[in-house]
Amino acid sequence: MHLSRIFTLRNLLSVLVFGVFAISAASARAFSPQDEQAGHEAHQEQKGVQEEEKFDAASAIMHHISDAHEWHIIGDVAIYLPVILYGEDGLKLFSSAHFYHNPREITWAADGREKTETWYEYDGFALFHEKIYQLDENGTLRLDEAGHPLNARPLDFSITKNVASMFLSVVALLLIFLAVAKGYKKRRGKAPKGLQSALEPIVLFIRDDIAIPNIGHQYGRFMPFLLTVFFFIWINNVLGMIPFFPGGANVSGNIAFTFVMGTVTFLITTFNGNKNYWKHIFAPEVPVWLYPIMIPVEIISVFSKPFALIIRLFANITAGHIVILSLVSLIFIFKTIAVSPVSIAFVLFMNVLELLVGFLQAYIFTLLSALFIGMAIAEHAEH
Amino acid sequence: MIGSIAAIGAGLAAIGAGIGIGRIGGSAVEGIARQPEAASKIQTNMIIAAALVEGAALFGIVVALLGNNPS
Amino acid sequence: MDIVTPEIGMVFWTTVAFVLLLFILGKYAWKPIMAALREREQSIEDALLAAEKAKEEMVKLNNESERLIKEARAERDQILKEAKATREAIVSEAKQQAQVEGARLIAKAKEEINTQKAAALAEVKNQVALLSLEIAEKVIGKQFEDRNKQENLVTDLLENMKLN
Repeated sequence: MHLSRIFTLRNLLSVLVFGVFAISAASARAFSPQDEQAGHEAHQEQKGVQEEEKFDAASAIMHHISDAHEWHIIGDVAIYLPVILYGEDGLKLFSSAHFYHNPREITWAADGREKTETWYEYDGFALFHEKIYQLDENGTLRLDEAGHPLNARPLDFSITKNVASMFLSVVALLLIFLAVAKGYKKRRGKAPKGLQSALEPIVLFIRDDIAIPNIGHQYGRFMPFLLTVFFFIWINNVLGMIPFFPGGANVSGNIAFTFVMGTVTFLITTFNGNKNYWKHIFAPEVPVWLYPIMIPVEIISVFSKPFALIIRLFANITAGHIVILSLVSLIFIFKTIAVSPVSIAFVLFMNVLELLVGFLQAYIFTLLSALFIGMAIAEHAEH
Repeated sequence: MIGSIAAIGAGLAAIGAGIGIGRIGGSAVEGIARQPEAASKIQTNMIIAAALVEGAALFGIVVALLGNNPS
Repeated sequence: MDIVTPEIGMVFWTTVAFVLLLFILGKYAWKPIMAALREREQSIEDALLAAEKAKEEMVKLNNESERLIKEARAERDQILKEAKATREAIVSEAKQQAQVEGARLIAKAKEEINTQKAAALAEVKNQVALLSLEIAEKVIGKQFEDRNKQENLVTDLLENMKLN
């Protein structure tokens, strides 16, 4: 069961078809930064301040890859997600619609230039750049010279767009795999069928090409973790590729998400580490005078391994989103529709590549997790 | 100014990754030419190595991003 | 910068989601799936082993039947050979018996002949004696007319007697 078998021509073709579909949607979505700004700054237009604003690609892209408290669908239609805050006044729960229906404006001076930005207010809280701040005793938001708020932040446990998208993928995974498990029970000992036969090669691939070669005979204990990590990351990568409603969130390109994944791997590695593993760290087989160098290096490597996992997944997925959005942004930077064929062609290519990367990163995360676990539980330290 | 320096950093990271992935790809093709029967194995390892190199480059890009937007 | 700072909310919910997923899938999906896969692999392996075994068994059976056929053939040959031998023995015995019988019959016949001959000779002797007596009477009746003739006659008679 090699990668090449999964990336067969037929699969690539279906990816391509999906890619074309994704592009058309991505280009539609590229208009949304302006739409959203238009929506959020509706009051500005009402005042008749019709400025020919320069399209700020960087901030539009950043807006798209960061989290939000609403799930934008199309035009003015959005799902307002619940806000859950734990601040000075205890737990608060309300809809983010309260924020978005109550915009405020703040002006601050940057490099001698006046800059106006929108924030939203509700019940003593401010939503500024999708982050929630506690309003000060005067009921205002204060910004420093760089435009960063000085107000305190409550603990924000809101169901944001990323959280909602993640829950969606959890539900999807549950539906898919409980159905597959049922299929195995129903067709006991028989050939797989449908969804079951589609996913079985991948499950076998994880078991035979990731778990067994890297962990060894104890692989059975870690299979649930490896399978869950793989499919959770993969489905989030793929959902992130969908440019419109059920997807569109940058879940696996969110540092908090990858942080949790990497931490779980770190915890599993640490708690399953055997004698050899700890001996390798604290009493390596080198001359004693090297210990002051070796032990810190080993300790750093213990932490750098999950850190690399975290950053790799985050950076790969986020970079993919940024590249695709940048290519779409070209149309708006040059302000001409003539760029779109080139832009779309590149976006198509990148989308297909990102689908590959989405699978690959899930695979690599799982592979490296298995490798680290295997190193921690190996009977003899490798030298 | 900071933005330009960050962009240069990102570019340097891309150069490093380019050299790395190029070497990996070249060696993999050489290996496949020498041993066509091991193609699938070489391919898998090539993809893994390429992803690892890419990961290193992305570290650089993340740092560049950080530098570009100091908080 | 914002995008590389983990948000507490996202960390919290990701942990919740992942732990939930790991628990539910681990219990209700991965366990049965892995068990089913293992079971199926085991059954395939078993089937292959069984097929191998059946093949071996068949080879063994083939060998056995071949051996049996060979043995049967050998037995048949043996039986045929024995039958032939028996036949020959019977035939030769019969021949021998026949010969013996023949010989016995011949001997008996010879004996009979001899007996008969002896009887006949005795008869003849008796007859001769009678004849001699008659002759002698006749001769004596003629009264020796000729001396020579007499002598001749006696000599002849004697000679004839001897012959018998």
